[in-house]
Amino acid sequence: MARGYPGYDVLAKWRTPSFDEKTREVVRRRIAQPPPRRFFTGPEQQLVEAIVARLIPQPDRAEPIPLAAMLDAFMADGRGQGYRNEAMPPLEQAWRLGLAAIEAEARTRFGRSFAEAAPEDQDAVLRAVQSGEVDRAAWRSMDPASFFREALLKITAGLYYAHPAAWSEIGFGGPASPRGYVRLGLDESDPWEAREAAP
Amino acid sequence: MTPETPRAGDGRAPDVFTPGGFVPMTGFPEREPVDFAIVGAGAGGATLAAKLAEAGFSVVVFDAGPFWRPLDEFASDELEQQKLYWTDPRITGGDDPIALGGNNSGRGVGGSTIHFSMISLRFRPEWFKARSRLGYAVDWPISYEEIRPYYAEAEQALKVAGPVRYPWGPLRGPYPYRPHEVNAPGLVLGRGAEKLGVKWCATPLATVSAPRGKSPPCVYRGFCNFGCSTNAKQSALVVWIPRALKAGAEVRDMAMVTRIEIDRDGLASGVHYVREGESRFQRARNVVVAGYAIETPRLLLNSACPQFPDGLANASGLVGTHLMTHASPGVWATFEEEIRWYKGPPNMAVCEHWNYADEGKDFAGGYAFMSQGPLPMAWAQTVATSRGLWGPALRQQMLRYNHTAGFAPVAETEPRPQNRVELAEETDAYGLKIPKVVFGYSGNDRALQRHSLRFMSEMLEAAGGRDLWTSTDTSHLLGTCRMGDDPRTSVVNADGRTWDIANLWICDGSLFPTSGGVNPSLTIQALACRIGERIKTLARRGELACAP
Repeated sequence: MARGYPGYDVLAKWRTPSFDEKTREVVRRRIAQPPPRRFFTGPEQQLVEAIVARLIPQPDRAEPIPLAAMLDAFMADGRGQGYRNEAMPPLEQAWRLGLAAIEAEARTRFGRSFAEAAPEDQDAVLRAVQSGEVDRAAWRSMDPASFFREALLKITAGLYYAHPAAWSEIGFGGPASPRGYVRLGLDESDPWEAREAAP
Repeated sequence: MTPETPRAGDGRAPDVFTPGGFVPMTGFPEREPVDFAIVGAGAGGATLAAKLAEAGFSVVVFDAGPFWRPLDEFASDELEQQKLYWTDPRITGGDDPIALGGNNSGRGVGGSTIHFSMISLRFRPEWFKARSRLGYAVDWPISYEEIRPYYAEAEQALKVAGPVRYPWGPLRGPYPYRPHEVNAPGLVLGRGAEKLGVKWCATPLATVSAPRGKSPPCVYRGFCNFGCSTNAKQSALVVWIPRALKAGAEVRDMAMVTRIEIDRDGLASGVHYVREGESRFQRARNVVVAGYAIETPRLLLNSACPQFPDGLANASGLVGTHLMTHASPGVWATFEEEIRWYKGPPNMAVCEHWNYADEGKDFAGGYAFMSQGPLPMAWAQTVATSRGLWGPALRQQMLRYNHTAGFAPVAETEPRPQNRVELAEETDAYGLKIPKVVFGYSGNDRALQRHSLRFMSEMLEAAGGRDLWTSTDTSHLLGTCRMGDDPRTSVVNADGRTWDIANLWICDGSLFPTSGGVNPSLTIQALACRIGERIKTLARRGELACAP
């Protein structure tokens, strides 16, 4: 189990009937050079880079999925999730408040910024936010654990697995229109699907 | 053309079956009253629009979102297709806040049927008389016998693909189209069900298993919850809207209805709406609200006027109350075999055992459960938020994607007055008060979910799953304008006609007095077919403000 799919690349199907023109257009945008920063401030962006490097570390990738840039684009587009919990400020404010509070927590604990802290110290801060065991003053009325789960982790994880490189990593078939699939049963796969590494 | 520019108008509407194509469309002047102005083009509104236009009424149907051309505009991509959801600001709260957005909304012609799972199940007959027959919740003002022909009509209209013999409920004929071949996650359910000695079957689905008109058979691409790019899915956009247009209805897309106008006699006289930044007014002899369980009560409440200071159709004080959802706690496990659950419709096998069994329950109500097939983005979010995984642990768990299978129920919740939609003080881009949704589970709701988790876990293990874990979620929104026999305890009568305003109607999931343990879309469409027939009858008898 969990053996991975070496050599599998969803994008190798680009010119096959698994990709239609609309999907090519969307995926082309996704993998292009990230757009210039629009939502986060410079210092916020640095902090986001450091946080996402711990949430989804990519030491195995020569070209990491540009998660911080994807987050910036997601927030700048302002599409959001269609609702907010009554205990949370609007998403944009939640992010700014949460980032400032994470930075404050790092400074209180280690006397240095989150981005400059050692990776294990960064993880300690993030675990504290996840469990709500942080200095609440910097969080005002926002619940740190809810922010961590519903905004920080949920959106970051979603965006990582919205990237073709992550699709290839987990052996997902990827775009599938108009061809779709023929073999649907247990241990069945079509020739255009990923092969799992031998045990 | 951006998605936010109206596509329907000037005598034509997008042809969903032809890239870049158009079909002719009637245009009605705003100053002449149309027979029916319908607000919302989803499972309720689109169905009723087709039925009323085919009966000869003049109909304009409004939708706040775009008139999509699936062949041109639906990508095989989860993130891009978030554009199908209603993402205007909403607040969710209460003891168990419901996740809104993608879970239970649609913005665009076709409504949430654009991205629904296509599961097309009838209610258990006794649920229409839940109080008298089963001893819980309330009775509907109609019986199963009254809605049965309309279930058959809706199943035919959608060419539902399902088994020859459906294993639960009263004897019924075969489904219009043969069942789909069950995929691996569905076979896992089947294997577990057989070990436990309960029945299971291929889920009746509204995606065609053989060619149907201009719809090709399903190719099992697996992006059903993100819009069908081939038109195999029998959504309201593909089924009812073309019928409505052909029969002479007009569809106005990108048209947000902001208020229902009430005349001096206390009757509805039309709808105010915003299109291309302009405030407009359409006169109408009847107004139908079909905006689903949040926007429907919101529009009624936001339309408060001197005659109706507490909102329209709200003399009972019940508008917005008795909101129900379906709980869908998931159970997940790892399998030795490759499952590859991204292939095929996401819910290809179903078990309705606990909808029909009355013994061995420590709760009232029921639940169906289905095999699942989440795509990577949604799945990563479930894994991360339910288990709190991040760092290498998250990527490691996600590597099991192709070896994971699981079940989730459509778990009934009780109608309770404190669960509701109300107006917040905050306003949106139209200057309208935004909705606030308040929800909490009852003790019975929780007992039902515990039971479902126990039973599904047992089945998943019997099927060979290991390392089981669970998640929480919800789907569907129902109630908030319940139908009934008594103006003191309901908002509308059995025909969807509001008790307080004789030419104001409601036709969507907000009518449901109880939620049942199955997906609601087929019942919404059956109700719309019935309401269409009833309106025809009432018009013939001279009991409407118009005649066809």
